[in-house]
Amino acid sequence: MNTSLTARMPYPVMAFIPTLNRRQQTLLLMAMAAVVVGVMIAAGILLDNDRIATHFDQRNLAPSWNHLFGTDWLGRDMFTRTAKGLTVSIGIGMIASLASVVIAMILGLASATLGKTVDSAVSWLVDLFLGVPHLVALILIAFVMGGGAKGVIVGVACTHWPSLTRLIRAEVLQIRFSEYVHVSKHMGRSRVFIAVRHVMPHLAPQFLVGILLLFPHAILHEASITFLGFGLSPHQPAIGVILSESMKYLATGMWWLAFFPGLSLLVIVRSMDIIGDHLRQLTDPHSAHE
Amino acid sequence: MIRLERVTWLTGKALRIMTLLFALCVISFVLLSYSPIDPVQAYVGADMMRVSSQQREQISEYWGLNKPPLERFVRWGRALIHGDLGVSMIFRSPVRDVIKDRFAASLALMAAAWFFSGIIGFVMGVTAGMNQGRWLDRILKWYCLTLASTPTFWLGLLLVMVFSVWLGWFPVGLGVPAGQLSEDVTIWNRVNHLILPALTLSIIGVANIALHTRQKLIDVLKSDYILFARAKGKHGVQLLWQHGLRNIMLPAITLQFASFSELFGGSVLAEQVFSYPGLGNATVQAGLRGDLPLLLGIVLFSALFVFSGNLMADLIYLVVDPRITEATTL
Repeated sequence: MNTSLTARMPYPVMAFIPTLNRRQQTLLLMAMAAVVVGVMIAAGILLDNDRIATHFDQRNLAPSWNHLFGTDWLGRDMFTRTAKGLTVSIGIGMIASLASVVIAMILGLASATLGKTVDSAVSWLVDLFLGVPHLVALILIAFVMGGGAKGVIVGVACTHWPSLTRLIRAEVLQIRFSEYVHVSKHMGRSRVFIAVRHVMPHLAPQFLVGILLLFPHAILHEASITFLGFGLSPHQPAIGVILSESMKYLATGMWWLAFFPGLSLLVIVRSMDIIGDHLRQLTDPHSAHE
Repeated sequence: MIRLERVTWLTGKALRIMTLLFALCVISFVLLSYSPIDPVQAYVGADMMRVSSQQREQISEYWGLNKPPLERFVRWGRALIHGDLGVSMIFRSPVRDVIKDRFAASLALMAAAWFFSGIIGFVMGVTAGMNQGRWLDRILKWYCLTLASTPTFWLGLLLVMVFSVWLGWFPVGLGVPAGQLSEDVTIWNRVNHLILPALTLSIIGVANIALHTRQKLIDVLKSDYILFARAKGKHGVQLLWQHGLRNIMLPAITLQFASFSELFGGSVLAEQVFSYPGLGNATVQAGLRGDLPLLLGIVLFSALFVFSGNLMADLIYLVVDPRITEATTL
């Protein structure tokens, strides 16, 4: 799942529209992905709670214009459930990936600037957290925290920083040993000045892009852990809950219970991935040569 | 000289793994001993009302739960060194045996997925890399990136719907047919129940290796020796076979060994969807039903599994790629 952190080429899907240059294509694609995510969040917030109340007269309906994703065995509208569940998931994913990026920033900066001992300590920590499979670590943490949204957030935040920490460490080291920092040091600038004026501006885009690129992993892991029964409680609207409930009804042929919610999750994750990846390309001068 | 370098490198690696495992023991033990879930209650479950406080005490005495955490840790650690992980509460048998049995089932699943995703992913990556920028490359790349965003368990559910419910080709769940004695279970039964979970994991696992192989091949194709080979008139499959393949094979193999962590996580989800009685299924049950010894044992075992994968990746590099040894001796 680490693919999103590796180098990618610009996305040429829009190549058949000749009037746009590559930068405009990228921006257009990003805007489209953002609209998808925005619509889903808006739907989750604006849709009436009455649609997910129990309606015994509208049970087990296949998808129609009135119920886009169909209804479940309690007559709840699946589209509303999906949208509300995804909104909750997006919120949790955002908080968790923000926390993860903050941890990665602190540890990455510390290991690049505070000397050899700290560096090897951080690298040992990274190895420790990469050693346990993410899902097992998530189960352990969610179990210890007693389940619920808090357990998921702490679990995801604690398991997703290692890869980003390595990237940030490399980035900071590269800046520290660059010539303009040397010159600045010889001109008598203080370490604080160098940190704030020379290093920080390079890390700001990393911070933003880091959040967006960790987000897909965070939301997928949130859904997985909820699906397994360790995350959000069955009473909360959540994609994991919807999909794990749908397992019981698969044999009855109610395919829409699992198909659409999962597909919506996939679309949201992919959209966030596209936004993050293209933002990285726009902010990273190296990818301009590709 | 080279031998000595290798020995010190290996000891360093081994020491690091030892310290990591020790830290993991301490951390997971501390975490679990402060968890809000009462192990006695988790053990007794729904019969809580019918258990007197005296029986409660007997139970916690029996599991050694009434001792202070440090003493319990020392006891647990001492047993661990002798290879004894304690007794699983839900399976009523030693954790070591549970892990051994369950891992055997998971290993079949993971090995199949590992092998097929490796081969197919590699071929996809090479195909995309050789056709860089063309439609085939774009489609493959788009497909892989989308796969990377696909929830494993959802893909599993889709496969169940298509192959088990609609087409009726495969059983819906469980490692063996329900209601059949274990002696009557044939190899075919086992394989039949293995196909769908293995297929799920193979499909998901393809993305990473394909994208990496593609990128590596593109980098290799930009190199001077490829330019020279092209100048000599080589192209297509011949060029790939003689100059490209060996250079991209090694990173692909190491990546595959380094992906044990994701493989394990994927198998937890796939086993849950298909009710496949493997280690992942045991992990979920141990967590849901508060089986502390089993959960601890699985956490340690999964870490050992990941570490051995990483170690194998390092070793392959060390043995196969002469440049690595040269670099360490310089």
